[in-house]
Formats: sequence, C-alpha cells, structure tokens
Amino acid sequence: MIVTVNGADREVAEGATVADVVAALGLPGSGIAVALDGEVVPRAAHGTTAVPAGSALEVLTAVQGG
Amino acid sequence: MDDPLVIADRTYSSRLITGTGGAANLAVLERALVAAGTELTTVSLRRVDAHGGTGVLDVLRRLGIDPLPNTAGCRTAAEAVLTARLAREALGTNWIKLEVIADERTLLPDPVELLDAARTLVDDGFVVLPYTNDDPVLALRLEETGCAAVMPLGSPIGTGLGIRNPHNIELIVARAGVPVVLDAGIGTASDAALAMELGCAAVLLATAVTRASDPEMMASAMRSAVHAGRLARAAGRIPQRFWAQASSPPR
Repeated sequence: MIVTVNGADREVAEGATVADVVAALGLPGSGIAVALDGEVVPRAAHGTTAVPAGSALEVLTAVQGG
Repeated sequence: MDDPLVIADRTYSSRLITGTGGAANLAVLERALVAAGTELTTVSLRRVDAHGGTGVLDVLRRLGIDPLPNTAGCRTAAEAVLTARLAREALGTNWIKLEVIADERTLLPDPVELLDAARTLVDDGFVVLPYTNDDPVLALRLEETGCAAVMPLGSPIGTGLGIRNPHNIELIVARAGVPVVLDAGIGTASDAALAMELGCAAVLLATAVTRASDPEMMASAMRSAVHAGRLARAAGRIPQRFWAQASSPPR
C-alpha cells in the first residue's frame, strides 16, 4: 500500500505500524517525533499504531534554527 | 555576584540564551556556544530527510546545554501547537519557544494567533516562552495566560537593527511578573548591553553571533555585554541631565 512520508509517496507493507515505517527509513527511535494525519503519535504507541493506506506521516527531528 | 536567571522551575547562571540557526557548520557553532557560556539554546523541528541528522542535539548534549525547541516557521496557532507537541515528543522537554509569524518579509509575530497558541499550550502543560512584539499590552496578556516568560523583539528577526523602542521594553519590564527576555534584532554587543540596562532578565540572540565574521569572538563579546548590562542595571545609573555638571571640585 502507498502512504505519504514527509510529502513523498512510499510503498509499505499492508498493516505496517509507525515503528515499521520509521525503521524502514533507517532512523533511530529517539530524537524524532511522528505525526499521523496531523496528530502526534507518542513514542510508546509507535509499535501499535497502524498506518492506514493513503495516510500522511510526518517524521521530524531537531535541526539548527532560531 | 550570585545572580541566577530563574525561569519556571529552572535556574541558570548565564543570562545569554542563544540560537543555533545560521552557523556555517557545527564546529563553528560549538566554539561559539562555548564562548557564549550559554546554558539554554534554541533548535528547530524539521522533516528528518530535509536537513540531515541530529548533529546539533549531539553538540548540545556534549556541552551540557539545554535544548529549547521553537516553533519557527509556523503561521497559525494550530501549526504551532502541533509543532510544540512534536518537539516535546522528539526532545523530551515541555519547554517551548513559541513563535507564530505573520508574514515572511517582516517575520513579525502574529499577536492573535500567538495568544491563542499560548493558551492552548499552557493548558497542555507546556512551559511557554513566547516570542512577541514589543507591545506592553500583549506582554501582559501573555503573562496572564500563564507564560513562563515574555520575549519581546528589539527589531525584526535577523535585521540587527537593535532595540528600536527602548521605552516599550522598559514598560514591559516595569509591569512584568515573569522574566523578560529580549529576543531578536540584536546586532552587536551594545544592543545586548542596552537590553540588560533596560531591565531585561536575559537576551536571546542567534544571527548576531552565527553570521558575524568571527562567531566565536562575537559570542564572547555578547557574554561580556550581557554581564556588563546586568551590572549597570543593578548599580543604578545616574539620571540624564540637559546641562553639564562638573565632576571636579570648583576650587
């Protein structure tokens, strides 16, 4: 199925969780935050929150700024 | 002089809060942060694939500096609230520098959206440090919502125009029950000293250091300026007079 990750379409396995998508991006589990369709997904729920087909994930981290 | 900066539940010995934006690279940034002697430094939140890794957090961790996430780039209260919640998740801190910008040319705060976002975030348990206009009424309103500090601009972000309305900053300081942090517009050391002389509790700056020809040296200058301004404020300056007053005895 196709989901949008940071604005780009991405193929992920049916039934993938937020944790699966984060791992597929090669990202560490810490220092990042995830929003699924505009709602924050707490870290503790990454492994149990399914990513529905067609949904939009935003994966953010801290960068230089301000 | 033991004179700590107290914001909410934290105590800092440095009154210089820095930003990390604009530095040529992390090595330059690290040297500047050390020279500034800062203990609290802002970071922004962006998509992971857009700007590389989390190197800036590693630098802050190594130096023992608390990260202060901001909501830079947000244009509405809803965007800022979501960004703050993501920052809390990513960094494990409930402190947020709240920025809600009205337009890209001035980068001035949008007071309506700012107040709205501040209310929501205070209710959600955040320690809210709002970047605000140099508006004494808005500063009071933000304090009434429960903000832990108010951070008026001296002039627009990145302009280096210094403090354009010192009287407004003094008015804000005179009525504030929370720390006032001069945020934005600092161009050089005398601007930072003036902010402290006007009674601000701290100065927050980024561009003035990170885009200086020698960021490390300018950071050192800012550290001295904040210290000097604080001392001058505490020392009690002489009143300004129209006519001369001799400082030597008449005979």
